[in-house]
Amino acid sequence: MAVGIGFRRRLDFLLLVIAILSAPVLSDLILSKVERQIDLTSQIARISSTIKAENDGSSSVSEILLAIPELQAKNLAYLTARVIEGKGKARTSGLALTVEPANPKGMPPALSFYSIVLPKPLANGDSVTLDVLAAFTHSLRPFPEKITQADIHLVLFQDTGHYLSPYPVKVQSLAVKLPQARIESYTKLDNTKNLGSEIKYGPYENLPPFSYSPIAIHFEANQAFAVARELVREIEISHWGNVQVTEHYDIVHGGAMSKGEFSRLDYQSKPQIRGASAFKHLVAKLPPRAHSIYYRDAIGNISTSHVRGDSKKTEILIEPRYPLFGGWRTAFTIGYGLPLHDFVFESEGKRFLNFSFGSPMHDIVTDSITLKVVLPEGSKYLSVSTPFAVQQEEEIKMSHLDIFGRPVIVLKKANAVPEHNQFFQVYYKFNALAMLMEPFMLITGIFFLFVTCIVYVHVDLSISKSSASYLAKLQWDEVRATVQQIQNIINQCLSTHEKLEASLRDLSRTGDVQACKAARKAADGLLKELSKELKPLIAFLQSTPPAAHILPKVEELVAKERELQERLMAKHSTIVDSHEKKLGGKETENRVASVQQKIVALRQDIEDLMEYVDEI
Amino acid sequence: MPPQTMSAKTDATIGVNGTAKSASNQAPPPMALPANLKSDLLNKLSLKSFKLKTKQQELLLRVSILFLVYVLAFITRLFSVLRYESMIHEFDPYFNYRTTLFLTEKGFYEFWNWFDYESWYPLGRIVGGTLYPGLMVTAALIYWGLRFLRFAVHIREVCVLTAPFFASNTTLVAYFFGKEIWDSSAGLVAAALIAICPGYISRSVAGSYDNEGVAIFALLLTFYLFVKAVNTGSLTWSLASAFGYFYMVSAWGGYVFIINLIPLYVLVLLTTGRYSMRLYIAYNCMYVLGMLLAMQIRFVGFQHVQSGEHMAAMGVFFLMQVFYFLDWVKYLLSDKRLFETFLRITVTTTVGLAAVALGVGTASGYISPWTGRFYSLLDPTYAKDHIPIIASVSEHQPTAWSSFMFDFHILLFLFPAGLYFCFKRLTDATIFIVMYGLTSMYFAGVMVRLILVATPAVCLISAIAVSATVKNLAQLLRTKSKVTQGGSSKAASGSKASSKALLDQSQPFQRNGAIALLLGVFYLLSKYATHCTWVTSEAYSSPSIVLAARGAHGNKVIFDDYREAYFWLQQNTPTDAKVMSWWDYGYQITAMANRTVIVDNNTWNNTHIATVGRAMSSYEDEAYEIMRELDVGYVLVVFGGVTGYSSDDINKFLWMVRIGGGVFPVIKEPDYLVNGEYRVDKGAAPKMLNCLMYKLCYYRFGELMTEYGKPPGFDRARGVEIGNKDIKLEHLEEAFTTSNWIVRIYKVKPPNNRW
Repeated sequence: MAVGIGFRRRLDFLLLVIAILSAPVLSDLILSKVERQIDLTSQIARISSTIKAENDGSSSVSEILLAIPELQAKNLAYLTARVIEGKGKARTSGLALTVEPANPKGMPPALSFYSIVLPKPLANGDSVTLDVLAAFTHSLRPFPEKITQADIHLVLFQDTGHYLSPYPVKVQSLAVKLPQARIESYTKLDNTKNLGSEIKYGPYENLPPFSYSPIAIHFEANQAFAVARELVREIEISHWGNVQVTEHYDIVHGGAMSKGEFSRLDYQSKPQIRGASAFKHLVAKLPPRAHSIYYRDAIGNISTSHVRGDSKKTEILIEPRYPLFGGWRTAFTIGYGLPLHDFVFESEGKRFLNFSFGSPMHDIVTDSITLKVVLPEGSKYLSVSTPFAVQQEEEIKMSHLDIFGRPVIVLKKANAVPEHNQFFQVYYKFNALAMLMEPFMLITGIFFLFVTCIVYVHVDLSISKSSASYLAKLQWDEVRATVQQIQNIINQCLSTHEKLEASLRDLSRTGDVQACKAARKAADGLLKELSKELKPLIAFLQSTPPAAHILPKVEELVAKERELQERLMAKHSTIVDSHEKKLGGKETENRVASVQQKIVALRQDIEDLMEYVDEI
Repeated sequence: MPPQTMSAKTDATIGVNGTAKSASNQAPPPMALPANLKSDLLNKLSLKSFKLKTKQQELLLRVSILFLVYVLAFITRLFSVLRYESMIHEFDPYFNYRTTLFLTEKGFYEFWNWFDYESWYPLGRIVGGTLYPGLMVTAALIYWGLRFLRFAVHIREVCVLTAPFFASNTTLVAYFFGKEIWDSSAGLVAAALIAICPGYISRSVAGSYDNEGVAIFALLLTFYLFVKAVNTGSLTWSLASAFGYFYMVSAWGGYVFIINLIPLYVLVLLTTGRYSMRLYIAYNCMYVLGMLLAMQIRFVGFQHVQSGEHMAAMGVFFLMQVFYFLDWVKYLLSDKRLFETFLRITVTTTVGLAAVALGVGTASGYISPWTGRFYSLLDPTYAKDHIPIIASVSEHQPTAWSSFMFDFHILLFLFPAGLYFCFKRLTDATIFIVMYGLTSMYFAGVMVRLILVATPAVCLISAIAVSATVKNLAQLLRTKSKVTQGGSSKAASGSKASSKALLDQSQPFQRNGAIALLLGVFYLLSKYATHCTWVTSEAYSSPSIVLAARGAHGNKVIFDDYREAYFWLQQNTPTDAKVMSWWDYGYQITAMANRTVIVDNNTWNNTHIATVGRAMSSYEDEAYEIMRELDVGYVLVVFGGVTGYSSDDINKFLWMVRIGGGVFPVIKEPDYLVNGEYRVDKGAAPKMLNCLMYKLCYYRFGELMTEYGKPPGFDRARGVEIGNKDIKLEHLEEAFTTSNWIVRIYKVKPPNNRW
C-alpha cells in the first residue's frame, strides 16, 4: 500500500515536470542568487528564501512572480516578502511587500502564482534582494499512515530540489533542517550533503526557468502535531477595566493514526519509547498580567495546568485530560482576563482595541479560526483593520443585563499559523456614561421591588368591600389604632412622671425649690391635657363591640396610671414640703417610703399591662 | 443587673427598667459637657424616639433570624463548590442534568415526547413517560426566568444551585410549619435546625441535582398546607395543599409516603373522635384535586385509582363520606336506638362493599399489587430474598445506628422529648407531626436513604422540645428576677408577693438550675452546629466523580479518572458506539461521554441488567457472543486496585453474579466463591479467575508494581496479590486506561476473518 502511494505521488510530480518544461519564459528578470532554507523542526514547514533578482531586459519590472506547485499551494498558510537592504552584517529587512495571487497567461496549470509588488520598479541592470517566507501546514505526511503505540513516528516531506521559478536562476542552494538526526531516507541529487540533522543541496548553477527536481525526505518527527480543527476566540471588552478572553479549542493529533491497543502500563513505564508519538501538554504564551485563568471542558474543570508568569508574559502549560496519540481528539476552553488599559486605547475621539489575532499556543496549526470581539453595549461606528485578509461579519450577543445586546465583530480565517499572531485593531465609539446603565438598571429593579412590597402592604386588596368579615376587619383595625393611641398617651404620661422624678433629683442636688415647683406645674398641665385626650378614645372603645374583650384591661391600665399619677403628686408635694421645712434626708425618706413602694408596685403593674396590651 | 448596664449614664435613668435597652445602645456622652446640656442631648439623641414597639422589635428580630437562617442554609451547602468546582455530583444527577439540558434546548413538548435511543440499547427509553419532571421543569423555569431578567447564567450553574436554593426555601416552610403546630419560636428553631441538619444536607449540597433536593421542600410544603387546611377548614389552604401535592408527585416517587400518611392521619383523627367539618373539607378537597392533578404526570398516570399503594387513600375518602352521611342521619334521627341499628347496617354494608371491590379489583388485575419497593419497606428482608437489584444499592440497606447519630446528632434524643411535649398538648396539628415523625422514623430505620424523609419531622419535633424547654426556663428566670426585684424594694410586701416568696423558698435552687439547664441547651445546640458543619464539609461535599486523597506530604491529590475516561470516550470513539458497563455508570456515560449505553441507573428492565451481569461473569468467548448480540463496541470497567479505591467493579461483582444468576441460571454464585468466601488471589475459584470482569480489571495488572515492598500485581483495594497474572484477551483489546487505572475501557474487536 505504501509503495502504491509513493508511486502515485511520483507520477504526479512527473506530470508536473512535463507541464512545467513546456511553459514559456516570462520576462527578462534573472534571479542571480537564491538561497532556500526549509525548516521542518515543527509540524509547520517554513521555507525562507533569499532571492536576488536582476533586471536584464529593457523595460522596467514592477513585480516578481513566485511559483508554487498546486499540491503545496493548498497548504500554504502564510506568505510574506521583504526587501533586504545592505549587505553582510548591515543587512536590514524593510517593510513587508504586497503579495497577491496572480494569474499570468500561458503558465502551466499545475502551478499557482503569487506576485510580489516591488516598492519601486526595477530599472534595467538594477537588482533587488528579497526575503520570502512561506509557511505550509499539513505538508508533513505521516508515513506509514497508521502506527502502534511502540512505533516511531515517521513523516515524509516533498519539495523540489531546484528552485521552481518562471525566471532563470544563476546560483542556488537549499538547506533542509530536520528535528532529529534520524533520517529514514532522502532523495540524493548531485551535490547532496547530510550533516546530521541537516541536509544540504547545491549549489546549482545556471538552471533554466521551471527547473524542477522532486526531492522527498522521510524522517522521524516526534514534535507535537497539535492541530486545532476549530478555534473560537472571544474577546469581550468591559470598560469597567477588563478584557476577557475565552478560547475554545478542538484539537486533534495530526500525525499518524494510532492503531492497536493503548497500554497504560507501557506508556507509564516507558513514556519516551512507548509513547514518543504522543504529546502530553501544550504551552500557551499569554500577555503579561493575565489573571483569573481557567482551563476546563464541557464536563468540568481540568486540574492539570501550571501557570508561570513574569513581567513580559504569562506562560500556561496545559495538559489535556489524556495524552494525545495520533488521531486522538480533545476539546477544551481556556479563559483569562487582561487589564483593559493594556489593550484598549483612545485616539481622535475613537477607542480602539489592539489585540493579537492568532492562538497563543506554541506551534499550533489552526484549521479554522473564528475571532469574536464583543464590544460593550452601546458601541457605535465599528471598523476593523487587520494586517491580512480575513472574512468579516457582525452579530449581536446578549449577555448580562443587556437590553439591545452587544455588537460583535466576527473575523474568520482558515489555515492559521503562529505567524498570524499579529495585531489587529477594532475601532469604535463608546460613551463612558453608558457604563453606568447596568448598575442603574439593577438599582431601579431593586427599588421597584421594595416599592411593590410597600404598596402591597398598604393597599387593600380585598374583593368584596361590604362583606361582614371585611367590615369586622376594618373595625378591628380601628380598635387597634385606638389602643395604639392610648398606649402612646400612657407612654407620654410615664415620661412626664419621669420628668417629675428628675426634678426631684435636681432638687436634692441643687436645692432649687422654685424650679421644682415650676416643673410640677408644667407636668400638671400636661397630664391634664393628656387625660382629656384619653377620654374620647376610651369612649370609642366602650362603644365598639369587638373591643369588649380588651376593654377591661385598657380601663385597668388607665386607672392604674391615674393612681400612679396621684401617688407621684403626693410624693412630690411631700418632698417639696419637707425640703421647704428643711428636714433631713432620712426623715424625708421615711415620709415618702410608703408612697414610694406603691409607686414601684404600680409601675410594675402598668408595665405588665402595657405588655399585655401590646400582645393584642 | 440593670444598674450595671447603665453605668455610663447614671444620672438620667436610674432604676427605670423600660429604658434599659435603649440606654445600653447609647454611646457614652462626652464628659466635658455640662450636666444639663448633656441630659438634653441625651434625650434628643436617645434611641427612645426611634424605639420600636415590642411587637415590631419581635417582627424585626424574627425576620432577620429567618433571613440569616435562609442564607445559612444556602451557604453551608456550598462547601463542595469551594472544595472542588461547580459540578454535578454522583450518578442520578447526571441524568437529571442531561434531561434538563434537553428541556432547555428543545422545549417542553420535545422533552415530554422524548424517546431516548442512547440508553438501554437496543430497547431505548421513553424518557418523558418514565421520569418525574418536577426537578427539570423547576430548574428550567429558574433558568428561563434568569435569562428573561438578562442574567446570562449557564444551565449547569442553575442545576448545581437548585438543591441549596430549595433547601433554603425548606427552612421557610419549616418555620411556618413549626408556627402552625406549636408557636413562632418553635418555628424559628425548626428552621435553624433543618437548615444545617446533615440528614438533609446529604441530599442537597450544591451539585447534588437530584429529585430529593426539590422533593423534601414539596413534601414539607404539602404537609404544612394540609395541616393549615385542617386547622382552618379553609378551601383555599386545602387547594394549596393539593397543588403542593401535585408538585411533590411531579418531583419524586416518595409522594407515595404522603398519599399514605395523610389517610392514616385522617383515620387516626376519626378513631380518636376528632372528626370535624374542617377535616372533612381539607381531606376531600386535597384528595380529589390532588389525585386529578397527579394523573397529569405521565409516569404516575392512573396509579391513584389502580395501584394497591394508593388504595388506602381512596378507602379513607369513602370512609369520610360514610362518616359525614352518618352524622347527617344522626342529626335527622332523634331516636338513638334507631340510629344505632342504622349505623350497624351501614358500616357492615360499606365494609363489605369495600372488601368485595378490592377483592374483585385485585383478582381481575385492575388494581395492581404492591410493588417490590413498597414491600421491602414494610418487610426489610423482602428485597434481599426476592429483588437483588434493590438490595444491591447501598443506599437501600437498613440503617446503622451510627448513621442515625451521624445524621441527627442531638436531634436523636431531642426527638423523644419533643414527642413528650406534643403529647402534652395534643391538637390536630401535633397529632399530625407525631404521626409523621413516628412513621418516617420507622422508614428511616428500614432504608438509609429514607433518613432524608424523617429529617424534617425530626427537626420539627426537636424544635418543639428545644423551644418549649428554653421558653419554660426563660420564663422561670424572668418571673424570678421580677420577684426578687419586688422583694428587695419592700420587706413586708402584699399578699401576692409573699406567696411568690413562699414559692421561692420551696424551690431554692430553681433559678440556678434554670441557668444551668439553659447553658446546657446552648452547649448542646452549639455542639450540634459544629457537628453539622463538620459532617457537611467532610462527608457530604464530595462529588464522588472526582476523588480526592491526601498525598504523602499532606497535599491534596485529585483523581479525576472518571472524567478523563468519559471525555476520552466522547472524543475518540465513533458517535454511535455502544458502551457496556455495569449499570451504575450508565447515566454518567450518556451524560458526559454522550455514548449509547446498554443499561443505566434507571433499573427498569431487570433482564437487560442481568444480561450484562451474565456477560461480565462469563468466560470471554461466551461474553463475546453476548456482546456481539448487543452490538457492544466498548466495555468500561472501574478498577481500584492501583489506587485502593474500594467501590470498584470487583467489589460489586458478586451483585452482578447474583442479578445475572437471578435471570440466567447458568450463572451460579457458588462458582465464584471458595467455601463461601469471595477472593481474587491465588485461592480464588477458577471461574472467578477467568471471567470477563476479572480479566478486564486485571489485564496486565500483574506486571505493575503498586506498592513498595509488595510483589507486582498487588491489589491495593483488597490488599492481596492477584491470582491470575497472565491474562490474554482474545476478543477485546485495551483501548484506554486512565492515569490512575480507575477506569479501563476495552474495545470489542470485530470477528476474525474466516480465511
